[in-house]
Amino acid sequence: MADAAIRTASQVLELPAPLPLDGGQSLSGVRAAYETYGTLNPDKSNAVIIFHALTGDQCVASPHPITGKPGWWVRMVGPGKPIDTDRLFVICANVLGGCYGSTGPASLAPDGQPYAMRFPVITIRDMVRAQVALLDALGIEQLHAVIGGSMGGMQALSFAANWPERTRAALVIASTARHSAQNIAFHEVGRQAIMADPKWKGGDYYGAKGPDNGLAVARMAAHITYLSEEGMHEKFGRKLQDRDAKTFGFDADFQVESYLRHQGLSFTDRFDANSYLYITRAMDYFDLAEEVSGGEGSGRLADAFRASKARFCLISFDTDWLYPTIESRTIAHALNAAGAPVSFVELSAPFGHDSFLLDVPALDRVIAGFLAQ
Amino acid sequence: MTALRPDLAVIAANVAPGSRVLDIGCGDGQLMAELRDRSGIDARGMELDPHGVADCVAKGLSVMQGDADTDLADYPDAAFDYAILSQTLQTTKRPDLVLDELLRVGRKAFVSFPNFAHWKVRASLLWNGRMPVTRLLPIAWYETPNIHHVTVRDFRELVVAKGYGIEGEWFLSGDKYIGPAAAAWRAEHAVFLLSR
Repeated sequence: MADAAIRTASQVLELPAPLPLDGGQSLSGVRAAYETYGTLNPDKSNAVIIFHALTGDQCVASPHPITGKPGWWVRMVGPGKPIDTDRLFVICANVLGGCYGSTGPASLAPDGQPYAMRFPVITIRDMVRAQVALLDALGIEQLHAVIGGSMGGMQALSFAANWPERTRAALVIASTARHSAQNIAFHEVGRQAIMADPKWKGGDYYGAKGPDNGLAVARMAAHITYLSEEGMHEKFGRKLQDRDAKTFGFDADFQVESYLRHQGLSFTDRFDANSYLYITRAMDYFDLAEEVSGGEGSGRLADAFRASKARFCLISFDTDWLYPTIESRTIAHALNAAGAPVSFVELSAPFGHDSFLLDVPALDRVIAGFLAQ
Repeated sequence: MTALRPDLAVIAANVAPGSRVLDIGCGDGQLMAELRDRSGIDARGMELDPHGVADCVAKGLSVMQGDADTDLADYPDAAFDYAILSQTLQTTKRPDLVLDELLRVGRKAFVSFPNFAHWKVRASLLWNGRMPVTRLLPIAWYETPNIHHVTVRDFRELVVAKGYGIEGEWFLSGDKYIGPAAAAWRAEHAVFLLSR
């Protein structure tokens, strides 16, 4: 299998300076766990960052550290693949606030106890700031591209808007420039499910059994938003799970129930509940126009990109109702108004928001073409 | 590089170097790539078909997926030196309004279209009483995207009625030029350069 040939390395960097945060605090001793693929060329001009999504991790094309499953974007990243590691040096870091080796609520605070809810509330821009510090440490002045889907797309936008001289291109897939009321509402359901679990204990559950039930419900609610209605219908319909008739009870009679319960439960093996709270909060706070205007709320999205000389490519999917096409189109229009070179395309795929992770050949073509420049 | 379609070659030869261009209905980006590579022109595109957009992105071109009937409204006034609409006017819902939009977002506009008064079209109607299916209009009436057929005379009349200027006009049969006198019935393609 070609994937075996990827040159990969796992590393953890401790940032040399305290990281200032949008909330006004700063964090010292921040660690960034990251994975690299391919080889950095001598003039350090072939690097790209892939920003991962909400529950993603740095193992974009290497086995998952807990589940052992193949990397989450192994179909896109590797030798000869659209994000071609024969040519590009790919960096993917676990986000600030995450639970795969980067500093987050489960990390130990200076007092030797986990931060838990003492961890400061962070923003998308804080996550990006940590990765800019990583680039500084690697001595990479300018990236060939920043790439991200979903929350990764938000980070790519924030990077291009706030550090415009540090990338030549930005590829934003199935994403948005701000979280909508509906987006925030779904996240709030998830957070309340976690906090309502008695095992959450105000976040101080480390060393004991965590709020698995709450976290599983949060994942179940979120998972629905990642699929399309028609995709779900096609996969499950009203089919019953391992039985011939309804039980007139509250077991998982339907296949879709069984599937969601499985998704929820398996998620608790690989994700920290407090990380889920902090990362969803960061997404809810994301409003790029506001972020760049200094929080006054009067910012125009186009102004966010005034200083950028990067090429942009926005991709949406016709069945994605979490971050629907109109969100990508809005970003593309803002970029047009700012005079930036921008391409936008809505691709047809049946998988809803998750389309960016799945087999969509047109996506491969667009990504390969955009990065080949 | 494959040779440009004759009407596109006319446009490519007449766009001022260094200008900013919006190619509406840019297809796979052939004209845009030619403009960029040959004349250093900053060309942007709009294309309805996602496959066309993908082809363009693969060529390093900047293209927005969009519809000429509705999505030109998103561009500011005079954002481009030229707006180009090749072989697309006859497929729009309101060609008259699209024309206004072209000359709002572009200071000038190239418009090319198949001439519905070409003698073969006339003959088909006259002798057979049937909607023509020709080399340039190859699709039967019920499935053709060409919903607003137009002739050279019709177009010129609309332009004059709207008070726009005609800065250039080219008429083609295959890849041969036709003089304006015989254009009304001998031209397969017409290309106009308009100004506000």
